Amino acid sequence: MYDLEDLYQEIVMDHNRRPRNFGEIKNPTNSANGFNPLCGDQITLQLHLKDGLVSDLAFIGVGCAISKSSASMMTEELKGKTLDHAENLFEAFRKMITRNPGDSYDSDLLGDLEILQGVSRYPARIKCATLAWHTLHSAIHDENNVVSTE
Amino acid sequence: MFNVEKIRDDFPILSKNVYGNPLVYLDNAATSQKPRQVIDALVDYYENYNANVHRGVHTLSMEATDKFEEAREKVATFINSESSDLVVWTRNASEGLNLIAYSWGEDNVHEGDEILLTPMEHHSNLVPWQELARRKNAVIKFIPMRENGTLDMDKVDDLITERTVLVSAVHMSNALGTINSVRELGQKAHQQGAKILVDGAQSVPHMPTNVQELDCDFLVFSGHKMLGPTGIGALYVKRDILNTMEPFLMGGEMVLEVSYEEASWADLPMRFEAGTPNIADSIGLGSAVDYLNDLGMENVRTHEKNLTSYALNKFKEADLDGMDLFGPDDPEVRGGVFSFNTVDVHPHDLGTFLDRMGIAVRTGHHCAMPLVRSLGVAATVRASFYLYNTEREVDILVDGVTEALRYFRDGSK
Ligand SMILES: Cc1ncc(COP(=O)(O)O)c(C=O)c1O
Repeated sequence: MYDLEDLYQEIVMDHNRRPRNFGEIKNPTNSANGFNPLCGDQITLQLHLKDGLVSDLAFIGVGCAISKSSASMMTEELKGKTLDHAENLFEAFRKMITRNPGDSYDSDLLGDLEILQGVSRYPARIKCATLAWHTLHSAIHDENNVVSTE
Repeated sequence: MFNVEKIRDDFPILSKNVYGNPLVYLDNAATSQKPRQVIDALVDYYENYNANVHRGVHTLSMEATDKFEEAREKVATFINSESSDLVVWTRNASEGLNLIAYSWGEDNVHEGDEILLTPMEHHSNLVPWQELARRKNAVIKFIPMRENGTLDMDKVDDLITERTVLVSAVHMSNALGTINSVRELGQKAHQQGAKILVDGAQSVPHMPTNVQELDCDFLVFSGHKMLGPTGIGALYVKRDILNTMEPFLMGGEMVLEVSYEEASWADLPMRFEAGTPNIADSIGLGSAVDYLNDLGMENVRTHEKNLTSYALNKFKEADLDGMDLFGPDDPEVRGGVFSFNTVDVHPHDLGTFLDRMGIAVRTGHHCAMPLVRSLGVAATVRASFYLYNTEREVDILVDGVTEALRYFRDGSK
């Protein structure tokens, strides 16, 4: 009605209302907190990494529809995938969200994540969409955030 | 006569469309729009008498100096300062607060001394004191706040002691709209030999200000929130205090005599104005003050008080599910600031939705992070009014919020 469908697609709204993998996992090997001070969005991401695979992951947090749905879709997309794939997806996702009008992006690789492509037209919302991904990066790479339960 | 429709004609930006809808500008606590008169004053300076001030015998420099000092006079009169040499130009309220924290704070705050603040301070009236307290091993205390967003004045007597050196309080909260009894705070501070600083960033633009009646030692405010340009603000300090304060920045303009070894300071207020000042914007602020005086600050306050009552009623009538409206519900002690939160719809989503309807609101923590957290939320939506806003715009806002909630709760379409 207000031409907001490019941003708030039905699937985005659905993930917002019923986020997937929302909660905690049993034996996290890695975790990180993400915080967007500008809007108060906050996310805690837990991963179980095994043999180069993301065998399980979940998140909790508060945030807007964009940040929550982005986190939810990310967890769906990554479960059971390799870390290399996760890194490639992050790169492709970041490129899509921050692209200039008319620029292309790797639609094949991104799959369902493409639904968030409209965010690129709302510069104020880019950080909302990438918060979960930056938190993922930090959970995988930052020594400080590694929680080992083994 | 206060005629809103006529006033609106003076503001070119108010006839703009956003996404095809007429702009409804409700982010005045962040910055106000500018009337044609202010924009013209800037252009006039650059086109007709641009020159450095206090430095030349040539015609343009003298004209620029006259207009620049005339603007200072206007600002001084606007706040009823006993004299214009007690008004120091700054970039904004934040710079004024930092200037005080250094120039006054370094010499007057010592180990164990106490600084009393309110829980609703803007970061600009919090962080400089935190840092000063850290440097000096001083202590910061806060006046408790009641549930309705007003200060618990009953607790103040116990909090101001002989250890208190400064009470610094926001006159009107940018996050809640609360108008604090700064005059009473000042009286209590003075009884214990403490100083009172008033953060007038939100009050000076919206209500009459009289520093002599308030009996405040320091007052800071920003031009850009009162129809003036960005990059210019002012600081008022009582003479006996300003006289003892060391300069904050050194250089040209602020000196009287300079040798290779040392220098002596210029008279007030230039002592605190090192380097070429913001000439154009000072003159622009002078023009904004003219504009406000023509309307009359009493009338501005009355208009906004009426608008505030109207909005309070509208929101009450709408009775929106799960919506919390923060701040006092008595328009006598509240400015036109409406901060709210809805349990399930995030402020950011609301803000984006309203923007699509042409409504500009602020979302986030409004540079008052500890306060917003103490309300138990991560962020709020804030609509803030000014002299050109109308009841119709309040209707549009309330309808917009209603529709946004429906959109995010029940799905689009
Ligand atoms: C109450 C209050 N104090 C201080 C400031 C700081 O003003 P400025 O950013 O112009 O320095 C603001 C601005 O938002 C404010 O609302």
